[in-house]
Amino acid sequence: MARKLPRKDVVIVGLGWTGSILAYEMAKAGLDVVAIERGPWRDTATDFPPAYAQDELRYAVRLDLFLRPQQDTLTFRNNASQSALPIRSFSGFLPGNGVGGAGVHWNGQTWRFLPTDFKLRSHLEERYGKDALPGDMTIQDWPVSYDELEPYYDRFEKLCGTSGKAGNLKGTVQPGGNPFEGWRSSDYPNPPLKQGLAATLFAEAARKTGHTPFPQPASNMSEAYTNPLGVKLGQCTYCGFCERFGCGNYAKSSPQTCVLPALMRFPNFSAQTDSEVTKINLDSTGKRATGVTYVDTSGVEWEQPADIVLVCAFSLFNVRLMLLSGIGKPYDGATGQGVVGRNYAYQTTSGVSLILKDKILNPFIATGAHGMIIDDYNGDNFDHSGLGFVGGGYMGAGQTGARPISTRPVPEGTPKWGAAWKKATAETYQSAFNLSTHGSSYSYQDCYLDLDPTYKDRLGRPLMRMTFDFHDNELKMSAYLTARLAEIARAMDPVEMKASPRKGPYNVNIYQTTHNTGGTVMGADPANSVVNRYCQSWDVHNVFVPGGASVFPQNHGYNPTDTVGALAYWTADAIKNRYLKNPGPLV
Amino acid sequence: MMRSSLAVAALLAVVAAPAAAQDSQSFDRIERGRALAVLGDCGGCHTAPGGKPFAGGLPLATPFGTIVAANITPDRQTGIGNMTDAEFLSALREGRGQGGKRLYPAMPYPAYTKMTDDDVLAIRAYLATVEPVSNAVVSNQLPFPLNIRLAMLGWNWLNFTPGHYRPDPHKSAEWNRGAYIVQGPAHCGTCHTPKTLLGGDKAAAALAGGTLQGWYAPNLTNDPRSGIGNWTKDEVVQYLKTGSNSWTLASGPMAEAIRHSTSHMPDADIAAIATYLKDSGLGAVKAAPVAVAASNNAMRAGAAIFKDSCAVCHKDDGIGEAHLFPRLAGSALVQSEDPTTLTRLVLHGSRAVATATKPTGPAMPAFDWRLNDAQVAAVLTYIRNQWGNAAAPVTASNVAKQRRSLASAP
Repeated sequence: MARKLPRKDVVIVGLGWTGSILAYEMAKAGLDVVAIERGPWRDTATDFPPAYAQDELRYAVRLDLFLRPQQDTLTFRNNASQSALPIRSFSGFLPGNGVGGAGVHWNGQTWRFLPTDFKLRSHLEERYGKDALPGDMTIQDWPVSYDELEPYYDRFEKLCGTSGKAGNLKGTVQPGGNPFEGWRSSDYPNPPLKQGLAATLFAEAARKTGHTPFPQPASNMSEAYTNPLGVKLGQCTYCGFCERFGCGNYAKSSPQTCVLPALMRFPNFSAQTDSEVTKINLDSTGKRATGVTYVDTSGVEWEQPADIVLVCAFSLFNVRLMLLSGIGKPYDGATGQGVVGRNYAYQTTSGVSLILKDKILNPFIATGAHGMIIDDYNGDNFDHSGLGFVGGGYMGAGQTGARPISTRPVPEGTPKWGAAWKKATAETYQSAFNLSTHGSSYSYQDCYLDLDPTYKDRLGRPLMRMTFDFHDNELKMSAYLTARLAEIARAMDPVEMKASPRKGPYNVNIYQTTHNTGGTVMGADPANSVVNRYCQSWDVHNVFVPGGASVFPQNHGYNPTDTVGALAYWTADAIKNRYLKNPGPLV
Repeated sequence: MMRSSLAVAALLAVVAAPAAAQDSQSFDRIERGRALAVLGDCGGCHTAPGGKPFAGGLPLATPFGTIVAANITPDRQTGIGNMTDAEFLSALREGRGQGGKRLYPAMPYPAYTKMTDDDVLAIRAYLATVEPVSNAVVSNQLPFPLNIRLAMLGWNWLNFTPGHYRPDPHKSAEWNRGAYIVQGPAHCGTCHTPKTLLGGDKAAAALAGGTLQGWYAPNLTNDPRSGIGNWTKDEVVQYLKTGSNSWTLASGPMAEAIRHSTSHMPDADIAAIATYLKDSGLGAVKAAPVAVAASNNAMRAGAAIFKDSCAVCHKDDGIGEAHLFPRLAGSALVQSEDPTTLTRLVLHGSRAVATATKPTGPAMPAFDWRLNDAQVAAVLTYIRNQWGNAAAPVTASNVAKQRRSLASAP
């Protein structure tokens, strides 16, 4: 029997980006707020001090900041004919754990989706005809438009102090920025980061081949910055330890560096760490949530009553919590009926590796979102007529770090170990680098999340089962994008070059990205979505899923965090300005 | 008729005014007392972590042993509910508690004696309104013979000069207000004035910097090298109000003082303090020592350690980042004669104060686990003698001593 705690106005599941933004907005509105976080408290100076934060073995190899599969995992299969097996060691994607969540270990890539991404199905059908899309592709329009989200993108970027160069200021294309991006109400709060030699060479080659390179938008500080909450960030040192690492010198945006110092000052906010929410509790009608149940590290069960439940965990765990709580009809991959777990999508990435002649690239000088990019082949920025696929992605020379354990480029034919390998490593390290594509992953009827019928977690709850594989559309897209990237790479006159378009089947053991999307999709119709345009559950109006990537109807050719942050602010405004005045369905 | 009754009313008001000022139930008076309690940071010592306000119980480590702050809530059994106004005055201004019991000067009556009786009684009026808490505190945990309170009689005779603050007619009202706050309620000298062997103030060196509880409280005189001479008045104000300025960030006991006291002071009072400190006339400008030569072995080792372990935040040129990583180049604290705070920061790290306007509260990590005594000494010697800084080298044995004392600290 769970021990019952005093009621709160708002209970928040997970204290990452969305949880901390929502907590701040709700606490500022005067509500009594508690956030319950599965992992430990994490603080910049004590948990990621510069004295050891750059420890590749501990963080990048042994994954110190990440979820332990013993804590929670999921089962995986490529398709319904297979038996799903538990992931016993995360490697394909890396769910975070602890305060700050994935916002601690991300690289800082801060992309807005394209205006056409938000009306994807209607846009594509209009331009290419209804038959252009495969029959099992379940992409759909977002229930919000780019124009509606723009102010919220702007808010999140100002919270983060994102470094970049606007390409479209209020409709006017700006030289040096991304000419394809949607309009921006203001430039990035910080100027672009400095570029390394590899990115500079790529940009030259891209220009030469008729493309428009621009600096990647980065929530890594090009200059010291004070955000609108009064929290101060320091200047990035280009140490190259962002992805999989916490930033010890306050230079990468994270809940720790951007929100928590201001949030923790509210006396009406508290955080309950090392406690896993096991269930959202519903009243007898099943139409209203009464709070959540969580389990602490001693195995003691607590009931936290609350008037509003905000589901702010990582996308996959948002979906699982909704399934375990019985909110919304579970999706059935065989029939396509139901909604919770529907439209799971991922990302389709590929690369071109290069070795340049007589170049010293110093690839270790890097930061998470450092690099020059082109967007010519993203979304519907290029004509897809006759190409046999839809979708796209950005591509370019991102330089996130060349750390010694995992960065060992050698020419083709080099032995895999021994003296010759060591010699080749030393010779090649300075002149080799990778170009990459970061492509869309559209949704399909047979890609989804549901509860596993066989495997259970340490608390006896069914694990979540992921069923996913790349589809022809994505593989063709990847082949096309990778070929374009290889053309630019060739213009850099490499001594060696290898293009690796994404090939199926999807292998959950090879790291690609952690960008898992969908499962609690937002939409205009309860028949194909779990939450409405305010991230509010169609079925239980006091449950919101504020902008976790689980609400994306499909995944576009960008990293998700900027959109996740924008949706968090969008939802916060809807709750503050509308829901609190008149609790009930907002649509 | 109407006019005459108004006149009578006015007359009555004039007559009644002094009585109202003494009314311990008057809102204005209680509010003034609350503000004075902030100036005096009463809550800083008399509120234990997680405890009820003013209920006491916070242990204060003095060079002579531990003294625990008393319960000053109006509780009649364990607090000050039974204290008369006269007794309260006597306690704050003369260090004599109920029944003439001698107080220890950890309660800064040597400073509070400068306060006006009316201010002291306003604090009394405010304290009478806080929640009474039953919390029996055994204040005196000192070893023999200091546990005999009568010993304080002799101490007072040697170290204590009672007397109200006397305004300096040659100075502005703001200056005098600042001097009154600094010398009286804010009791800045309690930490920042060096102490004699007996723990009394070295009067000739007022606010020249003191060491206590494993921290060095820096020199607050206007000396440009070791004091706040290079800080503008605005920078002093910013520091007291927010906890940081372009030079430094407050941590340690000063973080407490800012959190509970100075950040809540009225702007006019902070400005007055700054005006006084910038023009206190205290302290003599001392000649800078000769900087340790860059070729010195410790300097060379220190430069390498600095590059590896410190430059990522404090920058190669020691300028740091305003409000985030303290500036080392030209810093008075860095060049202070007593490197206690510096050594402590490197060994144990520290968290800067967070205030409403500067909520970041950044922290410096500890290095005791990866730098040995010689390395800490070298890097400190380096930062004290680089970028135009000049100060005596820090020795490994000094670091070792402090490492031991921090290890045994609570």
